[in-house]
Amino acid sequence: MSDITKQSLTELVKNIKSKKLSSTDVTKAFIERSEKSKELNAYITEDFKSALNKAKKFDQKPNLDLKLPGIPMAVKDLFCTKNIKTTAGSKILNNFVPTYESTVTENIWNEGAILLGKLNCDEFAMGSSNETSFFGNVQNPIDKNLVPGGSSGGSASAVAGQLTPITIGTDTGGSIRQPASFTGIVGLKPTYGSCSRYGIVAFASSLDQAGPMAQNVKDCALLQEVISSYDPKDSTSIDFKRNQYSKELTNNIKGKKIGIPKEYRVDGMPKEIEDLWQKGIQYVKDCGAETVDISLPHTSYALPTYYIVAPAEASSNLARYDGVKYGFRAKGENLIDMYEKTRSEGFGAEVQRRIMIGTYVLSSGYYDAYYLKAQKVRKLIKNDFDDAYKKVDAILTPSTPSSAFKIGEKTDDPVSMYLNDIFTVPVNLAGLPGISIPAGHDSNGYPLGLQIIGKAFDEQNILNIAFAMEEKINFKNKITDWWIK
Amino acid sequence: MDKVTKKNLEYLINRKDNQYEVVIGLEVHAQVLSESKLFSTSATKFGAEPNTQVSLVDAAFPGMLPVINEFCVKQAIKTGIGLNAKINKRSVFDRKNYFYADLPQGYQISQFKDPIVGEGKVILDMPDGQKEVGIERLHLEQDAGKSIHDLDPQNTFVDLNRSGVALMEIVSKPDLRSPDEVSAYIKKLRSIMRYLGTCDGNMQEGSLRADVNVSVRTKGSKEFGTRCEIKNVNSIKFMQMAIEYEANRQVDLIEEGKSIDQETRLFDTKKNETRSMRSKEDAHDYRYFPDPDLLPLEVSDDFVNELKNDIPELPDDKKKRFIDEFKLSPYEATILVSDIDTAKYFEEVVAKMGKNKDIKLAVNWITGELFAVLNNKNLEISQSPVSAKNLAILVNLIKNGTISGKIAKTIFELMLDGDKDPQKIVEEKGLKQESDPKAIEALIDKIINDNREKAIEYKQGKEKLFGFFVGQAMKASGGKANPQLINEILKKKLQ
Amino acid sequence: MSIDLKTIKHISKLSRISVDEKRAQKLAGDLNSIFDFIEKLNELKTDNVKPLTSVAVTTLRLRPDEVKSKNIREQIVKNSPQDNEDYFVVPKVIE
Repeated sequence: MSDITKQSLTELVKNIKSKKLSSTDVTKAFIERSEKSKELNAYITEDFKSALNKAKKFDQKPNLDLKLPGIPMAVKDLFCTKNIKTTAGSKILNNFVPTYESTVTENIWNEGAILLGKLNCDEFAMGSSNETSFFGNVQNPIDKNLVPGGSSGGSASAVAGQLTPITIGTDTGGSIRQPASFTGIVGLKPTYGSCSRYGIVAFASSLDQAGPMAQNVKDCALLQEVISSYDPKDSTSIDFKRNQYSKELTNNIKGKKIGIPKEYRVDGMPKEIEDLWQKGIQYVKDCGAETVDISLPHTSYALPTYYIVAPAEASSNLARYDGVKYGFRAKGENLIDMYEKTRSEGFGAEVQRRIMIGTYVLSSGYYDAYYLKAQKVRKLIKNDFDDAYKKVDAILTPSTPSSAFKIGEKTDDPVSMYLNDIFTVPVNLAGLPGISIPAGHDSNGYPLGLQIIGKAFDEQNILNIAFAMEEKINFKNKITDWWIK
Repeated sequence: MDKVTKKNLEYLINRKDNQYEVVIGLEVHAQVLSESKLFSTSATKFGAEPNTQVSLVDAAFPGMLPVINEFCVKQAIKTGIGLNAKINKRSVFDRKNYFYADLPQGYQISQFKDPIVGEGKVILDMPDGQKEVGIERLHLEQDAGKSIHDLDPQNTFVDLNRSGVALMEIVSKPDLRSPDEVSAYIKKLRSIMRYLGTCDGNMQEGSLRADVNVSVRTKGSKEFGTRCEIKNVNSIKFMQMAIEYEANRQVDLIEEGKSIDQETRLFDTKKNETRSMRSKEDAHDYRYFPDPDLLPLEVSDDFVNELKNDIPELPDDKKKRFIDEFKLSPYEATILVSDIDTAKYFEEVVAKMGKNKDIKLAVNWITGELFAVLNNKNLEISQSPVSAKNLAILVNLIKNGTISGKIAKTIFELMLDGDKDPQKIVEEKGLKQESDPKAIEALIDKIINDNREKAIEYKQGKEKLFGFFVGQAMKASGGKANPQLINEILKKKLQ
Repeated sequence: MSIDLKTIKHISKLSRISVDEKRAQKLAGDLNSIFDFIEKLNELKTDNVKPLTSVAVTTLRLRPDEVKSKNIREQIVKNSPQDNEDYFVVPKVIE
């Protein structure tokens, strides 16, 4: 069956449950396609042999009551996986093999899924183009030499290129939604506290969230249902009533009020983004929802705030990579010399840059001016959303200010790279759920995404809106398989 | 308080015409008594094989997260209550960032701006009266691991068993003025925490150690001098030695017209001197910020009140009660309450003595014979070879005249071997005191008869001979005759 | 505001990442352009705003005092760069 990899998760689950397909058939198909897709550089670690064994084992005694019965999938290499190398895209963890499993991946395996391998990402999830990975950049299946976005670039590329039916990424400032938008797939960043952070290599603890990436909204809903759980091992995990997101999914969004924030109309935004947004507004209206003009006055302060908060937390979170307990160690004359060489050789340029920014904003004499200030502005940004949600049920914006750019185009200018996340970062700062769905193409045929931002814990609502819009948009991703010789 | 006495007890450093006062503040690190660590579920037992009590969280593996131990929070609050301190309903855990081999996370989780316990006080009993020492704050934090430098010439070995164990840092105000006050303060803190069961206070095992802040100023000055912090001193004796050395060093610098650098110093116990730890100085920017893996710790009134109800009688109250109820002197009461096990022992003796009891006598036996034995054998009172019950019986035997004090000492020696019942010893060895006046009279009659000449000499005025007759009577009775009766009857017979 | 080489050296020391002269130059340039962009926050008056440290709408949960993690020394030292069955081993610490 050559079209297996074209099937959505929902179709695959249906076909496995009805025994039209075995887990082995499906796993084989994705492995074969992955083998042919090395040029995308989506994988850091492949675990194909063992995946096939697991699939065979599954088929011998298939438990078809599970939500992901025998479904193969690759995951971002930021999730610790027991006995499988976990690198976070960094040289400093190049040889690190965890003896434990992240809660999110544990939830996935418990529902019957099978690990294909670990997907490339920006080093420690710091990047918007997957160009900071120690394991090389990732190609966008849309076009050669196009970035897939980042930091979950390998994940986005793998789903769009059909190397895996679904995947999980992590999103600290847009790392799921921006690459989803760049590759024409669906990506959800859940509410902070929805998915456990236990076992995920930390970037910025107050912002990091794991989330699903998939071909369509329904698949995304199903995966969210699997990964979201209350976890006592994470003090910031929140115990709230979680929906059966895929079962409760509906395209009936009649009467929903959708906010359109004027501040997202930024200077220099290409006309095609503006047009896409207008089209999106029309779609939600067509679905029976109502749009309301709203204001999120502190939007333009989100990115500067983010570039204080995230590096500050990262500078501390990454202090544990010191060559003592695990990972890479450089030779040093003494302890301090070893530290300095290990971290200098082990971390790439972007990670070092962010550690330096974070160290600086927390250092004596600058804390109040930067870190404290940023926390205060973060409060204002959250207040903006709280005010808006008194009037609306959700907010519709573009996902990114542009479509995917060329590899190398922005590597020399960190600030222009950071601007990629201008529409996604406020959502992380406020801890809200946000979903990016593919909504159109630019003049090059590159995909463009729209973002729906929800109230905290209201994933079901934004999934429903996305689901309704998806039907209207009827997006077709232009994948030419250019990399398959 | 007598002013002259106080002046005599003042700790001053004299140089030429100048007198200097020493100002000391302590940051005591007390290990919280708990089964598991502050933010992880590994054990806290002392003396385990290296790295056998280390979880993935303690070793800071990627993606590991802290989850706080409720009991440690309760222990800190209880200690705060014991220090008469303000309990903060909301406190925040911060990260203190620095690199060290035995600090796996690259930061220590501590409380910086908002500690769990605020201002409080402790009362010290000094020879010249009571002294109040202010407590600035108490906060919870993680202990670090241990670096071992002497196993290998090229390498340092790291044991993380202690990494993540809960510590209470108790910061005093700069209210201490002498090494003796420091000793009294540490002992008092230790005593309070042992009463509360929040810290075992074992300094040999490192459960209690302190950073000592020392400055000097000319006597009468209101300004504080520049202080130096002596890190991680782990015995009272060393604290006192370090303060003495450091204060004199600072005074010498002032006398030479030099300035004192505010710095961290190390006490070298072998050379008995403090040394600058300058190497650590350049990295002293800890970049504290609230730990984003943890949320603010909030405790309710009910939570705190329940703990308040759970607080046992503490040394100050117990002392007061001992004085009121048992009519002990303040000195005796202080000795008995200073350690919870001593107080427990004493109270058990009192309880077992029953109605007709002689508490003074019991106190004398505890602080006299028993303490001497414990001291000799280097035992804690909790390991006492003589149980409170048997000591109570012994004291009662003296009190009701069954045995003399002298015989009691013999019996006490015998009791040490296997905590024997003194009553049984008396019976087995026939050591019961002879208190029958007729029997003693007969005995004395015989002695006077055998020593007629001496009896006459006595009657003629050689009164010294009275002792001879007492001795003879005692000897004849095998030491068992009631000495009071001997005295009475002898006096009558020799008139 | 301007971040000079001395500041770069200082923060590289604090963050235990050695940087050579060339790297330091590049970092100074990068950080200056990033901080120019961050300075935008100074447009806002925030004197009366309470800082937001976490968006999690809950308070700290307390776990029972139970020992659950057993002796896993083998796992703990398994990944360490210098082999030793009992300890983590690092180059000599110079005090």
